[in-house]
Parts: sequence; structure tokens; C-alpha cells
Amino acid sequence: MKIVVIDQRSERADLIKEALGEAGFPDVVIVAETDRLLERLAEIDPDAVLIDLEAPSRDMLEQMFEISRQVKRPVAMFVDDSGESSIAAAVEAGVGAYVVNGLAKSRIKPVMELAISRYNTFSRLQTELDAAKAALAERKLIDRAKGILMKMKGVEEEEAYKLLRKTAMNQNRRIAEIAESIVTAAELLQQ
Amino acid sequence: MTDIRIGFIPLVDVAPLVALKEIGFAREEGIEVSLHREISWSNIRDKLAVGLYDASHLLAPMALATNLGLAGPPADLVVPYVLNLNGDVVCATTTFLSAVGLPADAPAARIAERIRAGALGRPVTFGVPFFFSTHHFLLRYWLASQGIDPARDVRIEVIPPPLMPQAIANGVIDGMMVGEPWGSVAVDEGTASIFLSATEIWAGAPEKVFGMRRRWAEENPDAVHALLRALYRASSWAEDPGNRVTLSELLAKDAYLGLSAEVIERALSGALTRTPQGLQERIGRFMVFQDGGSSFPWLSQALWFLEQMERWGFVEITAEHRRLVRNTMAPNLYRESLSPLGVAVPSANAKLEGSLAETTPAASATGRLFLGPDRFCDGKIFDPEIAS
Repeated sequence: MKIVVIDQRSERADLIKEALGEAGFPDVVIVAETDRLLERLAEIDPDAVLIDLEAPSRDMLEQMFEISRQVKRPVAMFVDDSGESSIAAAVEAGVGAYVVNGLAKSRIKPVMELAISRYNTFSRLQTELDAAKAALAERKLIDRAKGILMKMKGVEEEEAYKLLRKTAMNQNRRIAEIAESIVTAAELLQQ
Repeated sequence: MTDIRIGFIPLVDVAPLVALKEIGFAREEGIEVSLHREISWSNIRDKLAVGLYDASHLLAPMALATNLGLAGPPADLVVPYVLNLNGDVVCATTTFLSAVGLPADAPAARIAERIRAGALGRPVTFGVPFFFSTHHFLLRYWLASQGIDPARDVRIEVIPPPLMPQAIANGVIDGMMVGEPWGSVAVDEGTASIFLSATEIWAGAPEKVFGMRRRWAEENPDAVHALLRALYRASSWAEDPGNRVTLSELLAKDAYLGLSAEVIERALSGALTRTPQGLQERIGRFMVFQDGGSSFPWLSQALWFLEQMERWGFVEITAEHRRLVRNTMAPNLYRESLSPLGVAVPSANAKLEGSLAETTPAASATGRLFLGPDRFCDGKIFDPEIAS
């Protein structure tokens, strides 16, 4: 069974390919989005296509399957009769599937489940990474604000931090927000 | 009140939904709405089908195709409201025009004559935004009316609207039929000329509709009535020329279209720039949000699309297909929601399509309804009774 994975994020596509290989589906081709997407798919002639739902080329893909419905082989989106809940799970995870009609349901089901779980894992990792990056950016901002306060008010680091924290508490805002206003104000005053 | 989640594609005709939220019509009816921009129509359809959205900006034939089981996951959608009539343009690329020896302002008939003659030596390629779209069926209708076989003489490719100008620049297509402002964007970039508008193909063509899952609509009747009342007021507000500047500024925001307000205002007023050289033309009723029963979900319009789908071999018309198509439109829901506002609601659910050359009085509960013009480019009349 030949599977095409269309994904702009190559890390995620690699993750899926690896998982499919381990699950006994070695014949996986990764395709990035290009102008020649439809031609590439015609060349590869896959049994199933997994696609990132945020890919702009999804509508083009639908047309390809519409045309194949008329002339060549009928194609179904997702798995025929796969049930509302599993379709909902796929859409929520962000993965769509196009499957050639006639392909045994039992064969595509593990593929979909695997894709859904890998997409969820990837988006969780991504969220964690984004949170870590944001935390790091906030720490840098607070450090800069502390430096500005130390220089302007002639206080020690600990005192500067206390001042930030107290202001944040008084104004019912986050320390990072106060730090940001200090840094912005300092930049404006320097110009 | 919980948040009603609504998906949309960045196009000028999302205007009634933007007004619904931004001008506060939803809040005045006691409901909260949030608008979510999407990259593709397939994504909107799927998220609506599985309940990630409660309602959505949809292509008119898309709701029908979904209920006919022609595309996407199983879903049962209802359409109680038409967001707009028309607003699409047909463009030819400057490369194509010069290759077939025509000027930038060549009229549609001369362009058709070149396509018919096979002047390019290969089929002409047109882009449309989705397979089951008003664009696709109107383009085929116009081509056929000019003696061009859409299956043999042209190729039709699906390209998402925001990617159309890029497809032109890359030489992927020779022409396109697309919702504004994407045609005007290409004209401004100097790569295409607008040679026809949807209004000139079918003056009364429903373009985007407001669709929702039937189950959600049945479980939330009060929210649906409030939503339709607010939407009616939002559409009327959007139609008022006095609000055009505010509306184009709103639509220009990054959260919606992220483009200049000037190019959006052209579509709202119908004052189009047709060629890169700056040829101006005002098209009457270019994009209609609320006028002459335009927002009423006519069964006859849905049946016209079914007939076109059969004409081009996408589906067969059976009694069951007709039932599914009729059942997708929800004129009674429109009446129940809007009659209390004193809105002039049509008495009938279907009409002859293509019979009105000008605004004409029609039967309604209050007797104040005027239907707008709805002529087809070939002068044909579609009778939903004969079609059955």
C-alpha cells in the first residue's frame, strides 16, 4: 500500500513516515507543496494521501479526486464509514486523508490512527516549544528592564526586581508586561 | 451566551459577517460570534461537518455537494440565508491576451472567439477557487453560451483565491474566475484584465451562503433566530453606500483580508478598474448583500445548480438528489426568523430564474417586496417545475 504524505513541515512528515514504517507501511513518499503537486501525485499513483489540513493545496487535491471520480478510480475522503468521531479526531488533529475506494477499511484504519496520534504529539511538542521560547523571551525582557532600573535609579539588582514585582502587583499586571513598558519607554527616550 | 464559531475565507463578500461582529449587530441580539479565517474551502467544510464551527461562509454549491455526499465527510447542512449575489470577475492574463493578438481591453465576445478558434494552440487554462463553486458553474455556463466546450477547449484548475495572483504571475493559468478583491489585485499588479463579471453571466446568482449543521440549528433555535435577525441587519448595513468607507476599512484589517481598503472599496461600489492601463467601468449590482429578497434561500437557485452539476456529468438527477437539494435550503427558517422584524419575505419558495430584466414587485406577506433582476447571459429561463 503506497501512501503519500503532503506536509509543509518536513519534521512532522518525517515523524509520520518513520511511524508508518514501524507499523508495517514502508512505502511512504513525502511531497512538499509545489505548483506541480497534482502531476507529482499522478506519477506516484498512491493508494492513500495524508495531508496537513492547513495546506492551501487541499482544494486542488479535492478537484483531482473529483476528476478521478469521473474518469478513473473513485476516491473517498477520509475512510468510508469511518464514523463521525474518528473523522472529528482527524480534523481536530489537523490531518486529512484521501483514500482510494475499495481499499480495505481495516488497512487504512491503523494508518489514520497513527497519523492522528503523531499530529497530536507534534502539536503538543510545538506548543511546549513555543511556551519555552516565550518564557525565555520574557526572562530576557525582565533582565533588560532590571538593567535599566539599576542604571537610572542607582539600585542593586534585587531592589530593581522588587520594584518590578511590586508595580506588577499594584497594577494587577504580569511582571513581563511591566518590564516591556520600561524597555519600550527607555527605547523611546533614547531616540 | 456561548461563542458561536464561524469560519470564513478572505474575500470581500465576507462583509455581512464582519459587520455582524464588528458593528455589534450580534451583540445587540444577545449573541457572541467569533470569526476564524481559513486557508481552504475544504477545511471550512470539514470543520463545519465535525462541529469545530457552528456556522460558516460557504460557496453556494458547496453546501449542496456536501449534502449530496459528493465531497467531504458525511454532514447534514442547512442554508437559511444567502450572504450575497455575485461579486466575481473573469480575467484574462496579459500574457494570454498578447499571445492571441488582443488588446488589454478586448471585450468578452472577442476573447471567446479566440478561445473557440484554439488560437493558443492548446486548451486555455482557467483557475476557479473550488470545484463546487458558483464560479465553476457560471464560467462553464458562459463558455458554453459562446459555443466553447468546457471539457475540450479549456482546462479548469482549482486554486485558492489568495493564491490566484501568484498562479498568474507564474504562468500556471491563462485566465481565472475569482471573487473580489483577487481579480483587482491581479489588475493592479499588471498581470491581468477583467473582461466579464458574474453579474453579466447571471444577474441573480447566489454566491456565498450562510450554512450550519442541521443538528446544531435544531438544538439552538433561539441562537439561530437571533443570528439571522442580526445578519439581516448586518447585510442591510453593508449594502448602504454610506457605510462603504467604514466597511472597506474593517475588511482591510489583517484579521480579515489584510489588503488595502481602496481595492476593497472598488468591489463594494462596483467601480472596477478593468485593465492595467486603468480602464474604469461601473457595473450595476456588482455585489449585492441585501436588496430585493437577495438573502432569501430560493429552492429554484439550488435546483439550478443541481441541473448544472448534471449537465457537466458530476451527478445524476434522481428524486432523492432533488429532495436532498431542496432540503438543504431552509426558506421557512428565514421566514420564522425575519417576519417578526417586518421584513418583506417572499410568499413562494421558488421562482422562475432568469425572467426579470429589472426590479419587479413580487408577492409577499407584507406586499412590499421587489425582486432584483436575474437575467442569464443567453436569455434562457430556468423553470424549477419543468426541470423536475
